[in-house]
Amino acid sequence: MPIRHSQVTPRSVYLNRRAFLAGAAAKFATPGKSLLSTTETPTPYQDVTTYNNFYEFGTDKSQPAQRAHTLITSPWSVTIEGLVARPRVIDIDEILKLAPLEERIYRMRCVEGWSMVIPWVGFSLSELIKRVEPLSKARYVAFQSFYNSKQMPGAGWAGIPFPYVEGLRMDEALNPLTLLCVGLYGDVLPKQNGAPVRIVVPWKYGFKSVKSIARIRFVEKEPPTTWSRSNPAEYGFYSNVNPKVDHPRWSQARERRIGEFFKRDTLPFNGYGPQTASMYDGMDLRKYY
Amino acid sequence: MRKALVFLLCLAPLALLVWRGARHELGANPIEFITHATGDWTLRFLLLTLAVTPARRLLKAPGLIRYRRMLGLFAFFYGTLHLATYVWLDKFFDLQEMLKDVAKRRFITAGALAFLVMAPLAITSTAGWIRRLGGRNWQRLHRLVYVSAAAGVVHYWWLVKSDIREPAAYGVALAILLGLRKMRQPGMAPFSKKGAIPG
Repeated sequence: MPIRHSQVTPRSVYLNRRAFLAGAAAKFATPGKSLLSTTETPTPYQDVTTYNNFYEFGTDKSQPAQRAHTLITSPWSVTIEGLVARPRVIDIDEILKLAPLEERIYRMRCVEGWSMVIPWVGFSLSELIKRVEPLSKARYVAFQSFYNSKQMPGAGWAGIPFPYVEGLRMDEALNPLTLLCVGLYGDVLPKQNGAPVRIVVPWKYGFKSVKSIARIRFVEKEPPTTWSRSNPAEYGFYSNVNPKVDHPRWSQARERRIGEFFKRDTLPFNGYGPQTASMYDGMDLRKYY
Repeated sequence: MRKALVFLLCLAPLALLVWRGARHELGANPIEFITHATGDWTLRFLLLTLAVTPARRLLKAPGLIRYRRMLGLFAFFYGTLHLATYVWLDKFFDLQEMLKDVAKRRFITAGALAFLVMAPLAITSTAGWIRRLGGRNWQRLHRLVYVSAAAGVVHYWWLVKSDIREPAAYGVALAILLGLRKMRQPGMAPFSKKGAIPG
């Protein structure tokens, strides 16, 4: 098979990566493989890192790759607060050593109707959660992205409020699939992909997977989320991938896998039903979209 | 000669798209790129077509009328490419899905309206049709271009998720072009009652 131009990492990109890596921690030692990984072919690095929704850096999907270099990711810490026995501020270096890093190759389905396969690096979010000992009253986990208008110029035009906030129910946050992610393709996360730490929730639409996390708060009530706040008719709290529940403006039945010509059928829970569907037993997923 | 040059210029957006496509430079999602590019150029050519009348007056260049039909037909041309991208590359000729879209999704309803309204204008753009309809009727029919442009802007506005800058810019441009018509000076009536080519 011939190699397409888009599959080759351009010189400028890998030189940038080298420069970046020289300043930061070196490439991860070979992360462990995970049984949760898909065997599907990963989307090329070039596409994963130049086609991004990260509205703090502009609403065009090519803009984050061009502009995110202004984000300062070192030093970085995450504030963990709310209904936990051990609230704390945790440094990124400590997060990296919290649990063994694994490679997790996940499908990613965007609410806009496209998808990718991405080899993330990280460990289950539950590893972090159990270390901070949530109180029994904590039923939800609220996430907040970093926001700084100087480092994120252009955010003012996005049409959604910042900082970006999202949330998961406690059982969703503790699901082994939910990844606390610090890298992709064996390297640290590029800034446009949510450096230095983000979550990945592969059975939900991509916007649930918060990038560049600054704050994690354990709460009793369902926390507000950015998209459902700005357009409640179109985006709900759960936002599980569901081919049967259309976005009001387009069908969710099919998707275009980046790099493929024909569309493919979208799978319930993005194909992760066996690990996730039971969490929603008895819930009307049309009402809780 | 000059007309041939304008013709080639109008083809440049398509040529650029084909060139970039051949070099795999349409980004991670080429079909989305083509959809957006052809849609953008449809709106731009519609606005350019609507700019001819005010430009003739403001630039004191009545000769610009020679380009209006061509610009309008290029709007239809890019609109057809835009529609073909949707029908082929997005829906793969699934008629049922498309009818559902037109009925259920208001941004597609608006887009379909914008295109359908353009079609009779393209067909009746020839001198023969102007004669057959009579200048006055022809001009009345061709006022539908305002409907098409407005529906096109609404189509775009209803599509975007949250950042409305671009559709808003097209909307403002359209409003200005329509506003300039309201301020048309008396004595510059561009259309003679006898049915010459209207302006």
